[in-house]
Amino acid sequence: MRKEIQLAGFGGQGIVLSGLILGEAAILDGMNAVQTQSYGPESRGGAARSDVIISDAPIDYPKVVSPDILVVLSQPAYDKYRSEVGKKAMLIIDSDLVESDESALCVPFSKLADELGRRIVANVIMLGTLAKVSECVTRDSLERAVLRNIPKGTEELNLKALDAGFRSA
Amino acid sequence: MDKQGYDAIRKLLGESPAFVQGDVACAYGAVLAGCRYFAGYPITPATETAESMASLMPGCGGTYIQMEDEIASIAAVIGASWAGEKAMTTTSGPGFSLMQENIGYACMTETPCVIVNVQRSGPSTGQPTEPAQGDMMQARWGSHGDYELIALVPNSVQECLDLVIEAFNLSERFRVPVIVLTDGEVGHMREKTVIPEFDELKLVERETPTVPRESYVPFGGGEAAVPPMGFFGLGYRTYVTGLTHTEKGLPATSSAEEHTKLVSRLCEKIRQASESLVRIEERYLDEAEFAVVSYGITSRVALNAVRTLRRRKKKIGYLRLIGLWPFPEERLLGLSKQVKGILVPEMNLGQVYHPIREAVAGKCRVAHLPKIGGEIHTPAEIVEAVQKLMGGRRR
Repeated sequence: MRKEIQLAGFGGQGIVLSGLILGEAAILDGMNAVQTQSYGPESRGGAARSDVIISDAPIDYPKVVSPDILVVLSQPAYDKYRSEVGKKAMLIIDSDLVESDESALCVPFSKLADELGRRIVANVIMLGTLAKVSECVTRDSLERAVLRNIPKGTEELNLKALDAGFRSA
Repeated sequence: MDKQGYDAIRKLLGESPAFVQGDVACAYGAVLAGCRYFAGYPITPATETAESMASLMPGCGGTYIQMEDEIASIAAVIGASWAGEKAMTTTSGPGFSLMQENIGYACMTETPCVIVNVQRSGPSTGQPTEPAQGDMMQARWGSHGDYELIALVPNSVQECLDLVIEAFNLSERFRVPVIVLTDGEVGHMREKTVIPEFDELKLVERETPTVPRESYVPFGGGEAAVPPMGFFGLGYRTYVTGLTHTEKGLPATSSAEEHTKLVSRLCEKIRQASESLVRIEERYLDEAEFAVVSYGITSRVALNAVRTLRRRKKKIGYLRLIGLWPFPEERLLGLSKQVKGILVPEMNLGQVYHPIREAVAGKCRVAHLPKIGGEIHTPAEIVEAVQKLMGGRRR
């Protein structure tokens, strides 16, 4: 089993961190994972992408060949990356930030995050939804991976965000 | 390192398995190997190693110092080694170029140290964020004069950790700089990384003199000797110079005899140990008629391609160079007697291709598959090149 997931958005949305957490959850599940990233020199703004490969076998070629899932959290990232990805990939988009006329799982991650009080957790909500629909990582491992990678004092907020993601799937 | 020291390091490094970048794994390997001095200058894509060392060193009684440039960084590392510490620096292309003179100085003064070069596209500042394998030859020949050193090439995050430990062990054992040639791709990717347990961790410490002070010969011994290192603070009188020196360490710059004796020994101590320094991974070589010889990140693409070809019943083998310098000539010669052709994919316009051709000495075809610009090869490119080699004729 080899699953390829691409996460895309703009710098500052936590795209790279999301990939890191997803990969870490996979290794906590006892799987192999490789995470790579591409982003511009800007710390905020430019297009950012994080690729995660999860496999029960050792991963030799570390690049995504044909993504099973594409998650897009910004319109420029959609315009830039959508055409590179085959139509068979499952598409998950932030319905308030991305306009698309193709069939996709549309969840207002940013709005849900605003409702929780901090837009910064939109990526964690997205991870919850992604885990629920793809079953690429277990909820238990994802929770542990989130907790290993967030600042102290934000545990409750992030677990709430993860839960909101699972419920939105 | 005793069990108590190990436990403290484990606590410092956090959870295992970790999901970290290759650059960070290099820092983990260094700390586990006993490195307690890091001097460096940040450069993409090697900065994360320096960043990790900056956060780890204070927690284990070590020193992190950001120098004004890479020349100063390697100089500080050499000084730290002579003060008795295991010391490391990390850099990338432009910084590696700046370090060349002092790498020669470390060879001449027999200073154990580790240099991690996270390769990026050159020449000059080139493509800072893009991976390359363009410094394979520079690692061997970048400084002037005759010398030998050791270079290791990891292809995964786990191997970054493992080979940095090995690099320290070899540098302590042979009193040479050991260069770890990783690249921007391995350096920045994250993978599962298991931190070795206490009983799995085998560390080598430099030999120090045991003779009375007055009879210590700091650069003596036989033709391939690695003399015990009377570093500063042990109480032995040692004069350290990059000039040609006698066994006592004193300059002897006009003596052909002293120069020949010294430089021959510096080379022979590595050359005569070269069989023990062979680090290769061989797969699918049974009945192989052709082989892909690769290293670093490219070897992972090569393995994928070889597996594809094997599924198609093609008799293709795989050989990966983990130890690049000294070059495992005998193994390549052996391979050339078995196969009809070898394909060498690498992220440069022709570097390791050359020592392979030299080792093979015309016994089989050697084809080259260069790629530059920052993208790693695709499996399809390697499959296609192997098929071309299989169908091709001797030029």
